[in-house]
Parts: sequence; structure tokens; C-alpha cells
Amino acid sequence: MRRRRRYSVLTRRDKVLLLLMVGIPLALDVILIWGPTITSILLSFTDWDGLSDLTSKNIIGLKNYVFLFTGYTLFWPAVAHNVIWLAWLALIATPIGILFAVLLDRDIRGTRIYQSVFFLPVVLALAVVALIWEIQYTPTDGFINNLLGNAKTSHPIDWLGDPHINLYAALVAASWRHIGYVMILYLAGLKSVDPSLREAARVDGATEAQTFFNIVLPVMAPINVVIVVVTAIESLRAFDIAFIINQGKNGLELLSILITSNSVSEATLVGRGSAIAVVLLVISLGPIIAFLSRVMRQNA
Amino acid sequence: MSAVATSTADRPAVRATVRRRPIRPARVILHIFLIAMAGVWLFPLVWALFTSLRPYADTATHGYISWPSSIGLANYATFVDQAQLPLYYLNTLVVVIPGVVLTLLLASMVAYACTQYSWRFNLIVLMLFTAGNLLPPQVIIVPLYYLYLHTPIPYLGEFDLGTFSFAFFSDNNLLYDQYIGIILIQVVFQTGFATFVLSNYMKTITKEITESALVDGANVFTIWWSIILPLCRPALAAMATLLFTFMYNDFFWALVLMKSGAKRPITTALNNLQGEFFTNNNLIAAGALLACIPPIVVYILLQKQFVSGLTLGSTKG
Repeated sequence: MRRRRRYSVLTRRDKVLLLLMVGIPLALDVILIWGPTITSILLSFTDWDGLSDLTSKNIIGLKNYVFLFTGYTLFWPAVAHNVIWLAWLALIATPIGILFAVLLDRDIRGTRIYQSVFFLPVVLALAVVALIWEIQYTPTDGFINNLLGNAKTSHPIDWLGDPHINLYAALVAASWRHIGYVMILYLAGLKSVDPSLREAARVDGATEAQTFFNIVLPVMAPINVVIVVVTAIESLRAFDIAFIINQGKNGLELLSILITSNSVSEATLVGRGSAIAVVLLVISLGPIIAFLSRVMRQNA
Repeated sequence: MSAVATSTADRPAVRATVRRRPIRPARVILHIFLIAMAGVWLFPLVWALFTSLRPYADTATHGYISWPSSIGLANYATFVDQAQLPLYYLNTLVVVIPGVVLTLLLASMVAYACTQYSWRFNLIVLMLFTAGNLLPPQVIIVPLYYLYLHTPIPYLGEFDLGTFSFAFFSDNNLLYDQYIGIILIQVVFQTGFATFVLSNYMKTITKEITESALVDGANVFTIWWSIILPLCRPALAAMATLLFTFMYNDFFWALVLMKSGAKRPITTALNNLQGEFFTNNNLIAAGALLACIPPIVVYILLQKQFVSGLTLGSTKG
């Protein structure tokens, strides 16, 4: 009833205006985001070099995928590195961020200052984060080796060059930023928990740990979804830190980096890079759908 | 040092509170833990600042962990004089300022149309924008790169300022390697995020306002501009702060979609500086800190907006 009345108020001009207000941004979104997403999928079935004309002769079916899974030596290491990145952020950095939030959520002196300090790295570019940690890590001049006393020896630890450890060195830098991000999101969630719930638990004699795990955590379910999604997306997007350190080589290969190194600028393996992009897309759909279904539920 | 000073000075006051509420050992341990962690968190930045202020010769002879024999801004001067750092800041500004304004305009239009009016496709439109922003940018970069290489854009003169010149709209008749191209993708990508946050905010505005304005004969565009946008001022301020930082910090788009080093925004330019200027840790530290001054200043001045922008999307959603 109400809906019908409102529409009758809209003139023809109003309807056209509304259509434009949604249509122009939507057209841009489709042309620059969704169009390329679909095109990535299509290009992954070709052997296009990016230079010559793209014809039906370029269609090679699933060959790019077969090569990725069975012949491309950098593919599985990159997958493994992305998985380690995700596992590290999810199992180490995110819980630390949640711990910080829980500790800072009570009325303790200086909580604002602590929050500002832990949040500070979040405002920095990942490229800058990489540089700031580079001067901690460099073999002879870096702070860490000078502190450990191996900087002047003949075999200083090469934190960023040694393929067995450089991924973890990069992850420490990434965590420095990620922890503050999780902390601030979680703090906002904790503030939205009704204080009377906790009070009731306290009156009933629950310990702080019991209150957190049995009362707060379940109430926080929506924010937990956001944090899981943010963590997953951040891990899949990981690019800048590895690129600054060594352009994503020698232990720092990531799916995102293999896409650009195969298919843009001087590289001409457009089909292969697109196939890697499709793999990344398929993995990303997990957290994206998780997030959208939460939005759907809240709108329903 | 100051902590020691204040703790002795405050002793009488502390005693007074002790009498009312005894210090619990758990609280003391908590504070020790938090102070230690805060120290760990700040250390990389403090160390970068310390290193950047020392001349390379000083650290080379005495080592990096040593009392400085001299301190100065010479490393910073290197970037300003030789690396043309002001140019890179300007490159960032011409992308970020129009970028933030356009993103807010587009996103608020979509959010307004999808929350104040009931369309059949409301939810689908919001989903498309939200999901688009969650994609890793690398998923779309290959087709986007070739799209940019093959999209003709007219050249209509340029605005010159010494070494810096801004072409209307392209000085190579392409979208590739142009400020306008970087602005475009930043705007479209971030519109997804901004639409999501702003629509969450606008849902809390009652539709009665729009309805009665329509009855009074206002058109939908006027309602958006003179009624809804002013009501959204807090959310718009929060988003502007956040979008500025996101766009300023973006490294990826200009890395792939821009070829000329002299046109690249500061964050992406860090990659070019690596070969030529980042020859020692002192210079790396100075370069990194110069690049992060603007976001840190914005954060210090607008901390509330910044944090509320981030949390708006997550809690009200």
C-alpha cells in the first residue's frame, strides 16, 4: 500500500533521474570490475600473447590449467605461500588482535593511548610497511642482526633473501598492520555487546573467561564473520610487501604476483596469467559469498 | 624517562587511590604487558626515524646500533632535491582529491537510490558493488591492462606547473599511463566499499523524509543533494578520511597501469626509488617516513572519523 503511494509521487523525470543515479555508477562498475572479471575467465582458455589479434585459433581449452597444475613450477609454491599467509594471519595475527581488543575493552588507564599505538600501522601503506621492516631485516645493517650479533660475521642471517624464512619475515611485517586492524574492528563489536549481559553473567558467578567464551563470543557472531572475511581477503590480496621486498621471487611467490609477472607489461603469457587469476577468483568467492550471505540475512 | 618522573611525582596521588581500591596484581601484569607491546609496536617507526636522521657515514663507521655523532635532515634533503619528491606528492594529490570527491558522489547516489526507494533490484545492485570491492585487484588486472591500452581518450590540452603537467584528458590518447586512468579505477573500485558503508548509514534515515519532500514537489536529485547528503555528514566525513588513506596508500593500480615513473603517485614511486635512491638503510628510512607523513597526519587529526569509517561497515551492516 505505502509502496504504491510513494511511486505514484515519482514523476517520469524523477524515475529517469533515479535510473541515472544508479545507472552511471553501475555501468562503470560493470565495465571496469565485472567485465574484466568475466574477460579473465574467457582469456584463461586462450594462448593470447597480448600483441597480435585475438582469433578463434587462440582458443586452447583447458591447456593453461593443465599446465598450471602439472607443469608450472611456480604455481604450487605460490598456492602454498598464500595458504601459509592465510593460516598465519588467521591463527596468529587475528587472535592477537582479538586479545588486544579484549584487554583494552575494559576501563583501564590509558586504553585510548594503547589503542592509538596498536592502530598506527594500519594507516600506513603496505609498501611503506615493507620498507620500514626492510631496515630491521637487512643482513649487515639491519637492527635485528646487529642486536643478535651476527651482522658482522661471515654468515649473517639473510631474513629477506633466504627462501626458507623470508615468507615469515614478510608475515611479521604484515601482522604488524593486520593486528591493529582486527583490534579496532573487534573493539567496535565488543562495544555493541549489551553490558547487562555481562553483568548478569558476573552476578551468576561466571569467570571472565567463561563470560567471554559463552556470552560475548556468540553475541559477536556477526563481527566474527567480518573478521574472518577481512583476514581471508587480505591474505588473497597480499602483493605489495612481497613485491617491494624482491618482486615476489625466491620464496615469496604469491598467486597475485604470478598474475602480473606472466601477463602484463613486458610479459606476454596472457592466457596463463588469466588462468591464475581465475584460480584466485574461485578461492576469493568463498569469503565473498560468506560476507554477502551475512548482508542478505541482515537485510531480510 | 618521563614515565619514571611522573610515577615518582604522582606517588601521593597513587597512595590515595590505593587506599580506596587496592592494586590488583593482575592489573599490574596487564599494564606491563601492554606497555611492552606498545614498545614493540612503536619500535620499527622509532628506529626508522632514528636511522633516517643519521648520515650514512656515521652509521658506516660506528654501526647502526650506536650513539649518533651527528644528526640532521640530510637524508630527507636528498629526496626533496634529487628525487623530486614534491612532484610525487603532487601526482598523488591530483589522483586522490578528485578520487575521493567522485567516489563520495557516486557512492552516495547509489546508496540513496537503493535505500530511500524500493526497487526490485536494490539488493542485487548493492551486492554487485560490495562484492566488486572484495575481489583481489589482481583478478581483474589482466583484462583491465589491455582495456587501458586500447581505449582511446582525447587530448584537450594540459595544465602545466614546471616539471608537473596534468593532461586533459590524455597526452598519449590512451587511458594507459594517465592520471585520469588511475583516478577512474580508484573511484570505481572504492565506490563499492563506500556504497556499502553509506547505504548502511542511510538505512537509518527514515523514508518519511524523502516521502514528504516528494509530496512537497521536490525532485529526487534535489532531495539527494539538499536533504540526504547533509544528514549523512558524519558518515561522509568518515568515508572521506578513510578513502583518502586508501587511495593514498594504493600501490598496485599505478604500478601496472602507469609506465612513466615521473607520473606515479608517491606510494607507487617508492618502487622506482628503490633502485636509484634506496642505496642504504638511512635513505630507505627517510624515504619511507616521507611517504607516510600525510596519512599519519590525517590519522592524528581525524582519528575519530578514521576509526568510525572502518567500523561503520562492520557493525551496522
